[in-house]
Amino acid sequence: MVPALFLVDHVRRETRDTTTVELVSVANGQGMRFAAGQFNMVYVFGVGEVPMSITGDPGRPERLIHTTRSVGAVSVAIGKLKPGDVVGIRGPFGTAWPLQEAGGKDIVVVAGGIGLAPLRPALYHIRANREKYRNVFLLYGGRTAGDLLYVKELERWWSESVFRIEMTVDRAPASWHGTVGVVTSLIPRISVDPKQSVALVCGPEIMMRFTARELERYGMEQTQISVSLERNMKCAVGFCGHCQFGAKFICRDGPVFRADKIVPLLGMREL
Amino acid sequence: MESLEHILAEHSFAKELDARYLGLLVGCASNVRFDAGQFIFREGEEAKQFYLIRHGKVALELFAAPAGEIQIMTLGEGEVLGCSWLFSPYRWKFDARATEPTLAIALDAQCLRRKCEADHDLGYELLKRFAVMIEQRLDSTRLQLLNAYDTHA
Repeated sequence: MVPALFLVDHVRRETRDTTTVELVSVANGQGMRFAAGQFNMVYVFGVGEVPMSITGDPGRPERLIHTTRSVGAVSVAIGKLKPGDVVGIRGPFGTAWPLQEAGGKDIVVVAGGIGLAPLRPALYHIRANREKYRNVFLLYGGRTAGDLLYVKELERWWSESVFRIEMTVDRAPASWHGTVGVVTSLIPRISVDPKQSVALVCGPEIMMRFTARELERYGMEQTQISVSLERNMKCAVGFCGHCQFGAKFICRDGPVFRADKIVPLLGMREL
Repeated sequence: MESLEHILAEHSFAKELDARYLGLLVGCASNVRFDAGQFIFREGEEAKQFYLIRHGKVALELFAAPAGEIQIMTLGEGEVLGCSWLFSPYRWKFDARATEPTLAIALDAQCLRRKCEADHDLGYELLKRFAVMIEQRLDSTRLQLLNAYDTHA
């Protein structure tokens, strides 16, 4: 429960309100081993602590990488960090994307907005172990072109043809040459065996609900779809109850859940 | 050279369409091609045709001051452009512009409406397909309206 000290080594502005920080341990100059999908509690001294998905490459844990969108006091403070600043880190916590179970199958990764950040470690893993998987699709949607994350990295992956990437934005000026429409409209473009596939989905909850529905329409079962949830977390160890969601604790039983366990609850107002 | 009937049969819109109805559609169909940047139709014009996109990309646009022209949706291979031909007063509600060289099958609206009035089974087959498409686009529009990516929404 005691945060370990991490030094900010590098800061990169991804979009107008999203920042990636690269951290190394003050104690040993290293990063942190983690599984794709897990999160840390990041403590900005004097401001507060928030959960943040680990967004780096699990195969290269020398640096601990987090991407955050400036929304509240703590994330705004993280967005203002400079190399040399020190933060506290507790973790890693939570469940991981089911990449072992996906072996030998097609994979559909569907990301909406900042939701690409928790999925990026899974994409790194798939890329590094490409021979273990069949057809792999990344479907990524954002509000506008200026809101898309990791664009240069996506362009590099696209040129490598490691997996097929389809991107879309919700709205665009007439000068835009890409696709316009919600990310679910990309699902008909995939070519996978729906009975031998796994889907990894992250984004706003309403987007995940619509995506699960479209994937079911495509022929998948909810048991084949995993989603990553985000809720207010405090202790991150299943003790305080702040992240309780029905009978589940997001911090301990998630953040990655199988869709059949959680999607039916997403529309419940009481939760 | 491929026949129009064969080309039409290969489009996802005509998937599992009985050969008899395919033949009726072919009678109203023609191959069309648009250059990148070319307007296919403009808002307010008569909806004389609708299009089955074979290849390329089409942007649906609206002019909204002060932002100017905004793309609200793009359509590509295998998709259907236009349903205003079904609903009186048969006027387009958007601009449609090819954003890359685009091949399509154009279906004459008056020809098809006449055939649907004469053969209600044909009309039902077409409306079933349009109903699915409209439902999916309504779903997408609702998700767009929710502006889900805006944390302050």
